[in-house]
Amino acid sequence: MGSLGVLERLIMDVLWDSPTALTANELRDCLLKPPFAADKSKPLATTTVLTVLSRLEAKKFVARDRTLRPHSYSAVMSRAAHTAGLMHDVLGQVPDRQAALARFIGDVTPEEAETLRRLLGVSTTPPRSS
Amino acid sequence: MITAAASLGIIAVLVAWPVPLILAASAWPSQSPGLALVLWQAIALSGGLSMIGSLLVYGLIPFGETLVQSLSSLGANLRAGTLPPGTSFTHVLALGGAIILSTHLLLNLSSTFVRAERERRRHYTLIALLSDPLRGQPGMRVIDYPAPVAYCLPGPGRSATVLSNGLIRLLDDDQVRAVISHEQAHLTQRHHLVLLAFKSWHSALPWFPIANRAENAVALLVEMLADDHARRVVDDHTLARAIALVGYALAGVTAPRNTEADAAANAATSASAGRLPASPGRIRAEPDHPAHQILPRVSRLMNPRAPLGYPATASVLTMSTLLLAGPALILFAT
Repeated sequence: MGSLGVLERLIMDVLWDSPTALTANELRDCLLKPPFAADKSKPLATTTVLTVLSRLEAKKFVARDRTLRPHSYSAVMSRAAHTAGLMHDVLGQVPDRQAALARFIGDVTPEEAETLRRLLGVSTTPPRSS
Repeated sequence: MITAAASLGIIAVLVAWPVPLILAASAWPSQSPGLALVLWQAIALSGGLSMIGSLLVYGLIPFGETLVQSLSSLGANLRAGTLPPGTSFTHVLALGGAIILSTHLLLNLSSTFVRAERERRRHYTLIALLSDPLRGQPGMRVIDYPAPVAYCLPGPGRSATVLSNGLIRLLDDDQVRAVISHEQAHLTQRHHLVLLAFKSWHSALPWFPIANRAENAVALLVEMLADDHARRVVDDHTLARAIALVGYALAGVTAPRNTEADAAANAATSASAGRLPASPGRIRAEPDHPAHQILPRVSRLMNPRAPLGYPATASVLTMSTLLLAGPALILFAT
């Protein structure tokens, strides 16, 4: 991750933890306080925050409320929802999405699960098969 | 030239049909997966070369005595907009077929790679935002997700191995080390390149049953190669157990719309203290089914067999060389 990637991550963490939408200035202030001000590097300029926010907006992570000035920003989806969507890509059946990566274990059929259950000596019923 | 076209055609048929069938049915690839991977690549390249070469050489028959001469004559005829005497409809058809087939295969290959790279970049962006680094290990990311997921994301200058919390909870430390070693073998041995090439071959020729078989066989061989890498870090039993635990827990997750990942993982955890039985009995799996990859992997770890000996290795390598050199020599000698 480059420095912009680190900032994207920090800003998303703030927005995910914030119950309300935040302006760029409020975001910068949050980044100066613990737990986000992890390193003692130079404080962020609001323009930098705005640059990162527009990148995140382009990536559809951040929604911008343009009704009031200054604009306020909020996370489009929760962290868990993003994670679930991504893992659905990884485990799901979209061939294009899977072509990009190599999974430790691919798809397992119910018959294979039954064989594995015997091998492992699990006494419970196998995970739902369908 | 007609003999050359016919011999290339015969090679194309052999490589498209009986040769891959014999290879897919034989047992030795699980002993020497790297060697089998070389042979599959030779088969695929030889098939493409002889199929396109046969069409090309046949279509060029009216244009000249040798391949070089007829190609230059073809150029002159194209510029003049003429056809040499004796050109029949089938010659033109064969030439067109050679051009269309080669363009189709190359375009498909490049679009498969471009799409995969775009998808990997998108995925990497999300991973950077959603996961955390693992205990200072470079390139390792942990994502907060209940199902036991492990995968690697190859890419120029920014590859990552991603583990889920669920996987770390399900497996013990040695088993996690096995998974990491497995994934890192995929990255260092650049398995994604060969997988994508075979995937593109399959998507370019979806009606061609061997392409599907080849793609699945190669996918399994690549997993076995990565398993062999992990076997240097942990013993066979630990790796087999890791594969079985994750596979059993995932069986409930990969089915559509099922979120019983945790329940399955817990069921598997309750068994994780024991040992696998010494003999799993007869494990059967169809090599041509994309899903049937896990039991062959577990089976070869539980009943390990030595890799192929020197004579068998040499003959597989000789065969791979001949598969490639045969069509190439025929083309150049024409």
